[in-house]
Amino acid sequence: MNNLFDLTGKVAVVTGGNRGLGKEMALGLASAGADVAVVARNVTEEVLEEIRNQGVKAIGINYDIRNVDGYGSLVDQVIDQMGKIDILVNNAGVQKRHPAAEFPKEDWDFVMDINANAVFYLCQTVGKHMLERGKGKIINIASLLSFQGGLTVPAYAASKGAVMQFTKSLANEWAGKGVNVNCIAPGYMATEMNTALIEDPTRSRQILERIPAQRWGNGRDMQGAAIFLASDASDYIHGYTLAIDGGWLGR
Amino acid sequence: MTFQLDYFSLKGKTALVTGARTGIGQAISIGLAAAGAHVLLLGHRDNLQETQTKIEEIGGTYDTILIDLSKVDTIREKLKPIIEKHEIDILVNNAGVIYREPAVDFNEQEWMRVIDVNVNSIFVLSQEIGRGMVERGSGKIINIASLLSFQGGIFVPAYTASKHAVVGLTKALANEWAGKGVQVNAIAPGYIETNNTEAIRNDEQRNKSILERIPAGRWGEADDLAGAAVFLSSKASEYVNGHVLVVDGGWLGR
Repeated sequence: MNNLFDLTGKVAVVTGGNRGLGKEMALGLASAGADVAVVARNVTEEVLEEIRNQGVKAIGINYDIRNVDGYGSLVDQVIDQMGKIDILVNNAGVQKRHPAAEFPKEDWDFVMDINANAVFYLCQTVGKHMLERGKGKIINIASLLSFQGGLTVPAYAASKGAVMQFTKSLANEWAGKGVNVNCIAPGYMATEMNTALIEDPTRSRQILERIPAQRWGNGRDMQGAAIFLASDASDYIHGYTLAIDGGWLGR
Repeated sequence: MTFQLDYFSLKGKTALVTGARTGIGQAISIGLAAAGAHVLLLGHRDNLQETQTKIEEIGGTYDTILIDLSKVDTIREKLKPIIEKHEIDILVNNAGVIYREPAVDFNEQEWMRVIDVNVNSIFVLSQEIGRGMVERGSGKIINIASLLSFQGGIFVPAYTASKHAVVGLTKALANEWAGKGVQVNAIAPGYIETNNTEAIRNDEQRNKSILERIPAGRWGEADDLAGAAVFLSSKASEYVNGHVLVVDGGWLGR
């Protein structure tokens, strides 16, 4: 039965796979047998070693994900070295906090460029390769703020809402062609991106009080979901956003 | 500690699956057995041979339990010896019935029967079996919802009401039990080739219009749900609570 979740022989690309949830998902996919290409601004040898310790192949590509025009050669580079791409995890994301009344345009553009535009165009570029092969699994990282508005993070909420929506658009076009496009919406995770929240005693308490599971999420919580959506076990799941949130959205 | 692929394994776990005779319940029973769980097959008549044989074929183990879930008042009593004998780690509330009639003429007895089987029995089973899970600090409950947990359907108002209720109950139980190590979630299957959908599959026009709207371009098979059921039954989904996992070939996004 575990064959259903086995990723042996698959090649995964994980953006922002150098740290945080991206690194955890890269390790998770590797633990299920996938070879991994980590795409990030500064891929460290330590991360690649950790991935290789799972008994798989790993490469790192130093890349600024804002360089949309270079995606064609980025994808070619992965295919040259790894042979193909079976799984794409669009994880790279950024956060900027300002009250909406003062939100600077440059920060808005920065967040939208990385969290939404880059994700769409990488889906497009890798998706073409997958459509040619008639198979593939794309996992976009959405957020609780794909559903809710958040506080003083309007660009992030807008970008994550966009990701969830165009995931459905892509699924509507590609589901019949063997390519699954889905999202994972992490809840409140104990990661670097949330350091500000965790260290603010009031916000931290408010958040914890609302999580039915009574704890912040962690990287391992993401790994099971990523393997599931990358594997044959989820072949009939399309355009869907899987929330890994300890019950937050139902509270 | 890095993720281990055997987090998806259900070895040593006991799962109770209602409506295990056919369709989705059968596929989930086989899937859980294949992942290593001992499966308690719940049906209401002694006619689960097909599921039993298929589990034997893959080297799985099972026991069979006969309870008529439409007689809600009798469920608690009948569950007692089963709960005493088995420590149930996983409960899959799959059994469901559907009745089709235009709303203006909808038969009241049928309304009650649908609500009894699809909702009231789930509450009783979840309460009786969930109690032990809460005491032990671990357990997994998976309710089978539907696309009609989100949409209205047509000529099936009782079914729609019941499946909306299933989602509400899933979230309500999750809010109480998530912090106690018990995960309560639902799976919403799309249009799956089962007995419950035979009537619409045989209606050429309905079949065509449904198929045209499924992005995946095909009806689902009961087996398509096994992976989701194993995921939600396993350690791999520890932080998933009160969630409705939709397995629909993309239907809801279309």
